[in-house]
Amino acid sequence: MEREELLKLQGKQVKEMVKRVYDTVPFYRNKLKEAGIEPGDIKGIEELKKLPFTTKQDLRDNYPFGLFAVPQPDIVRFHASSGTTGKPTVVGYTHNDIQMWSEVVARSLTMAGVTKADIIQVAYGYGLFTGGLGLHYGAEKVGASVVPISGGNTKKQLQLIEDFGSTVLACTPSYAAFIGESLVEEKIDPRKIKLKAGVFGAEPWTQEMRAQIEQVLGIKAFDIYGLTEIIGPGVSMECQFQRGMHIFEDHFIPEIINPDTGEVLPYGELGELVFTPATKEAMPLIRYRTRDLTRLHADKCECGRTLVRMEKCVGRTDDMLIIRGVNVFPSQVESVLLEMSETKPHYLIVVDRENNLDTMEIQVEIEEEFFSDEVKELEGLRHRIKANISSTLGISASIRLVEPGTIERSMGKAKRVIDKRNLQ
Amino acid sequence: MIIKQLSVFLENKTGRLTELTGILADNDINISAFSIADTADYGILRMIVGRPELAAQVLKEKGFTVKVTDVVGMIIPNRPGGLHKALQIISDNNVAIEYMYAFASGECKATVVIRAESLQKIIDVLQEHKMELLKEGDVIQV
Repeated sequence: MEREELLKLQGKQVKEMVKRVYDTVPFYRNKLKEAGIEPGDIKGIEELKKLPFTTKQDLRDNYPFGLFAVPQPDIVRFHASSGTTGKPTVVGYTHNDIQMWSEVVARSLTMAGVTKADIIQVAYGYGLFTGGLGLHYGAEKVGASVVPISGGNTKKQLQLIEDFGSTVLACTPSYAAFIGESLVEEKIDPRKIKLKAGVFGAEPWTQEMRAQIEQVLGIKAFDIYGLTEIIGPGVSMECQFQRGMHIFEDHFIPEIINPDTGEVLPYGELGELVFTPATKEAMPLIRYRTRDLTRLHADKCECGRTLVRMEKCVGRTDDMLIIRGVNVFPSQVESVLLEMSETKPHYLIVVDRENNLDTMEIQVEIEEEFFSDEVKELEGLRHRIKANISSTLGISASIRLVEPGTIERSMGKAKRVIDKRNLQ
Repeated sequence: MIIKQLSVFLENKTGRLTELTGILADNDINISAFSIADTADYGILRMIVGRPELAAQVLKEKGFTVKVTDVVGMIIPNRPGGLHKALQIISDNNVAIEYMYAFASGECKATVVIRAESLQKIIDVLQEHKMELLKEGDVIQV
């Protein structure tokens, strides 16, 4: 599709979407009215920049279904990602949304060379997380044979890679690296496995990591990008030339903005990525701020696609961490500690990567008045913190009790996180 | 019959214990007995000192997490079977011990420091069986 044609299509989509949310989502009707915009004012894609932004906070305020543009009986599935306060960010899908999502994931897989002849092992987690089911439906759409093994159980992963002859692996890059290491440890002959490609995403990873995974598994590794709020994986994907990820602009309209002023920046400039998933039925969002920092490039790719490419994200405009593919906000840790009477919210999160798997340690100061000189009491406290953290964050962390006053206090913004992973 | 014990939370960091003993030495506080319960990340130091209230105060001032805990000091003969006899009495009376540590005082006697779920019960049981208990005034001498 030529860009001119695409822009025309996007204009039509935005116009239609604004009218739709104005009629069906009270939150958007109020927001548009406040901005002095009537649906009729939107004539084409040029007017997109006049529309107000949607933020994660808006999703939180409208938890769980407040931003849905269709009645609940039209929803066929929910997914959710962790939010900043323990409440997840909920998204809904209509039947058509699932079709569209399957379509963009199918395109993504095709870009990685996947065909109906392939056996694809989906080792992303299945469940509320979008990774597993997203890849699953896309792979079925391609017609590939899907092995829905979900994440974890590495021994079994290796067994099926070997016995089924899986040709494609889809999971987080850190898990791919871990599977690679386990392969070496188990002394499995690399010539006996048939893997040729990997589709990896849901967390930041480096070129070094890519090279390492490709070498150990003997595959070509592709980067897939997505976020739950927009659809899940399949918002953008690398082609064979790997010069950034092509955004499926016929469904997700991208912009780069100055995160401070909200002003739209030209292609090539670094800023916050904003998406308008205009064709979504269940939960269309107007100009959703991803908090991811990156650049867009519109020059034609060697693969022939005219879709814009986004670079790997270089960071975030908020303090969100992505640990083992799970979004973690330091404020979630804080709320867990605040809810427990035995601890004060003085904590430090130390994130590291050991054997290519993210580790999270949370140092918590013990409270003088709750200090018990019995090991079982302190260990009991440590386990309670661990259990509460794990149920709120959805991933486990090791808890280290430290002496009161030893975690650095700062006058301004407290330093809550030490990330040793060096992902840039 | 109840003895004051100091309990201190210590992170596993080189020099942390030395810092503590330095503070006690500077304040002329004698350590009669101590034990450390250790885990991977931290330890709990328990000690019997002369002037425990003062010791707790100076350590708190220096940023240590300190608690004064009640314990019982049981004096037993320093010979084979001495500890066994005492423990037999305690277990026969169904008193649960949280932790204990011991130190020999001279050639004839040993002192066992005990923290139990019910201190009064353990005192009653031991006195009933004519076991010798440490009194607070004894601490400096031991």
